Amino acid sequence: MSYLEYNTKSVPVGLRKLLYLHWPLILLLIAVACAGFLMLYSVGGGSFTPWVEPQMKRFALGLAVMIAVAMVPIWFWRNMSFVAFGGSVLLLIGVELFGDVRMGAQRWIDLGFMRLQPSELTKITLVMFLAAYYDWLPFERKSHPVWVIVPVLVILVPVALVLQQPDLGTALLLLMGGGAIMFLAGVHWAYFATVVAAGISMIIAVFQSRGTGWQILQDYQYSRIDTFLDPANDPLGAGYNITQAKIALGSGGWTGRGFMQGTQSQLNFLPEKHTDFIFTTLAEEFGFVGAMTLVVLYALIVLFCVASALSNKDRFGALLTLGIALTFFLFFAVNMAMVTGLTPVVGVPLPLVSYGGSAMLVLMGAFGLVQSAHVHRPR
Amino acid sequence: MRRPPKDVIQSTRSIGRRTLIMGGLQLGVLGAIGFRLRDMQVKQADQYRMLAEENRISMRLLPPARGMIFDRNGIAIAANEQNYRVVMVREDAGDIEQVLARLTEIIDIPPDTLTRAIEEMRRRAPFVPVTILERVSWDDVAQINLNTPVLPGVQAEVGLSRYYPMGEDMAHVVGYVGPVSDYDLGQIENPDPLLQIPRFEYGKTGAENRLETDLRGKAGTRRIEISAAGRIIRELDRQDGIAGKDLQLTIDARLQSYVQARLDGESASAVVIDLENGDLRAVVSSPSFDPNMFVRGISVADWQALMENKYRPLAAKAVQGTYPPGSTFKMVTLLAAMEAGVITAEDTVYCPGHADVGGTRFHCWKRGGHGNMNLHESMKQSCDVYYYDIAQRVGIDKMAEMARKLGLGLRHDLPLSAVATGIAPDRDWKSSVRGETWRIGDTVNASIGQGYVLTSPIQLAVMTARLATGNEITPRLLRLIDGVEQPSGIGPSLGLNENTLRRLRASLDAVCNHNRGTAYGSRILTEGRMMAGKTGTSQVRRITPDERAAGVISNEDLPWERRDHALFVGYAPLDNPRYAVSVVVEHGGGGSAAAAPVARDILLQAQYGGPPPLDAYPANLREQIAAQQRRIADRIPAGTRSQGRA
Repeated sequence: MSYLEYNTKSVPVGLRKLLYLHWPLILLLIAVACAGFLMLYSVGGGSFTPWVEPQMKRFALGLAVMIAVAMVPIWFWRNMSFVAFGGSVLLLIGVELFGDVRMGAQRWIDLGFMRLQPSELTKITLVMFLAAYYDWLPFERKSHPVWVIVPVLVILVPVALVLQQPDLGTALLLLMGGGAIMFLAGVHWAYFATVVAAGISMIIAVFQSRGTGWQILQDYQYSRIDTFLDPANDPLGAGYNITQAKIALGSGGWTGRGFMQGTQSQLNFLPEKHTDFIFTTLAEEFGFVGAMTLVVLYALIVLFCVASALSNKDRFGALLTLGIALTFFLFFAVNMAMVTGLTPVVGVPLPLVSYGGSAMLVLMGAFGLVQSAHVHRPR
Repeated sequence: MRRPPKDVIQSTRSIGRRTLIMGGLQLGVLGAIGFRLRDMQVKQADQYRMLAEENRISMRLLPPARGMIFDRNGIAIAANEQNYRVVMVREDAGDIEQVLARLTEIIDIPPDTLTRAIEEMRRRAPFVPVTILERVSWDDVAQINLNTPVLPGVQAEVGLSRYYPMGEDMAHVVGYVGPVSDYDLGQIENPDPLLQIPRFEYGKTGAENRLETDLRGKAGTRRIEISAAGRIIRELDRQDGIAGKDLQLTIDARLQSYVQARLDGESASAVVIDLENGDLRAVVSSPSFDPNMFVRGISVADWQALMENKYRPLAAKAVQGTYPPGSTFKMVTLLAAMEAGVITAEDTVYCPGHADVGGTRFHCWKRGGHGNMNLHESMKQSCDVYYYDIAQRVGIDKMAEMARKLGLGLRHDLPLSAVATGIAPDRDWKSSVRGETWRIGDTVNASIGQGYVLTSPIQLAVMTARLATGNEITPRLLRLIDGVEQPSGIGPSLGLNENTLRRLRASLDAVCNHNRGTAYGSRILTEGRMMAGKTGTSQVRRITPDERAAGVISNEDLPWERRDHALFVGYAPLDNPRYAVSVVVEHGGGGSAAAAPVARDILLQAQYGGPPPLDAYPANLREQIAAQQRRIADRIPAGTRSQGRA
């Protein structure tokens, strides 16, 4: 849809836009963030420092960013999509050249007042780019090979840059997120079937070849894969976190051990208990009931976004909202699958709950886009 | 460009379909997570609960050893000693009252310590070890170990804690450490996780506080496996921390102890500077206190005694105290006038015993007056009227400028708490700070170091060092950090006229070594070790005209806190100065009687590196000095007599 097609007359103007925000969604976001504060308070040993206080400030800032983004018409954001994506790719290259090395991976650019993680930004700008791309592309050309190659390349550029850092988790999220939007946009299912089939057969080939004369990988690479897939082989190294996380989760039981009473969390057994593994603390202290409540809250956020997208006649707004909801879903689902031992451990934080600055701000900015699409939808 | 409606309809329908498929997939993933959680948390909960009990792996921070502090000869000023403490885990103890009752039968625990420990145990999680008692003797530790079966959850642990072998002699310089408080944490941005350790030792005052980051070191970590009973089964791995940096101060511990002993019984302070490098050889405030009391946790009675003592033992007077410098400020007035060219050394001023300025009568300390005074005589006899006169000629702004040039009225950068700035007043200062215009009477008062002028003993010592050398000497307290030499305190020449300085020094020589000089009674006889200097007596009260008419009340007849401050600044040896000293005796009376003898003894001690031979003193004093030397020798702590490790 071009700008001319937006029915600007029916869109609320000025502060009246505030009334048209998706308020139930905002309340849900606040509820999830509060669960995060509670858990950070607990892992901080019952103290607002060092984690809860900065996290609260960031969330407040994030809410302000969200509302500011929501006030700006969605057609502005559509026109910005290409620039935003290009900018974040440049930042990724910048990290490669000037980034800070932290925890063995190069991920940050120090801006002085905060550390920017361009890979976080890319998750959203990639969604923006793809939404704008499929908005612009006439529908009948969506499955034409040429018009399929373009987005594939666009997805692979940031994926390659993020892999360089190396940040496997984010690279996988970008890949899955990008592919999912292509799927939603209606690209022919045969493409996906081909990719999935190729991937599966390659994995099978790699494993089948092991120990035979035509072995594809070196021995040490196989043993790394083993550890990655089954951390229990290396209980004091890579497996330490996941073993302890499982114990924490399991010992929570139905209703948990009580707030601040989780021995696993309170005894400092996890080095990243305030970031990637915070879900285990929640599950330990509030049990199955608490953990499922959080899952339901997350699912409702996704559901509200999808409902908003499906009632939106603007293709860009709909695709953008769906893409962001999907990215959000991938975030928490991968994190939960990882800490419950369903998938190997890749570094993905729990959105809105894990301690971290740029992830929270970027995510709130993305929900700002969702709100903007909601407010400015054609009526 | 408008899109064909067909395109829109098709795409909307397609997006809807695909979203439905995607939603189904998402639901599937969520279902898997839900089932997984149910599996772990409901079905296998008991198994995991057991694992959690059996296999608690805990990460503990290992506090690094705090850096030691040595004097210039390697004598330990701040060290770490091993100490045993008793800790208890509530969960393992079961009935804590019963266990504690048994424990009190074995070792002696003060009741308030006991209630504090019980409170802390109730507040904290049941598996956190809480310290019951610190600094437990080895005998008690053995007793506890013998009785382990009846004392579940009680353990003796060993740790390091700060110890100050020189006790009160170094208290004001080195300061002390204490358990880190919320207030301390609030002062720092991004506190080191180490500081979160309960009762972690943190520098509270003095060098311990200002050099905290150098002294602290980096935490190590160890991962341990703990049994359900809370006992450590084994250590999984350990990364040792990095010990704090050792520091060496410029202080000479033996001289410091001597000066502390010499000032005993007075509320006084003294500073000794080495003119070769600006090293502070001694920075002493009296009376002092034992910093070890604070490390161990000071009792209420001890604290109250310190607070109620009118001599203020907690104040580091040598750097924090500011006093009117009295006649020791006359050098500043003189140099300002000479440098400005408003007088020559031979110019005389007639002293009738008073001067009338702006309708007010200012008196000389000598009632009958000194007669005709020139530079040399005015300094030697400390005539006030001469300085009233030259100060009016040169003006306060030039005097203040000279004062700052000599190191007064500005804060010297030393790693000590609350280093005083003092006041070198001028017109701007009075209008900005007090909102009043400068009056000529203020200049007259300032000329003899009264009125608004305030200086700290360390500033006076710096002034003396600069006069004695003509160079910009800055005081240095920190000699080595981890073996790395810190910049020396010798600066460039001050650019003062050499001839003027020579005449000034000759007059300071006369103060001590001519029989009409104000410090003649405190002269040093030994050739090559003789002293030059200036006495000062600063009033802390106003003498009314009525009192002056009736005769000024002598210091002995006044209550202590209304008596004059006694000051002396000096250096030695005369011809080739090596040490500069300043002495301030609060409410000590006259500078020549109360401060000059102290400065003489300190300079002799510094030059001889120990007690000087008695023939350095005039014959009539030798018997009294011998008794004083014996008394001080008894008092100096044994540790500082022998060499420690370097």
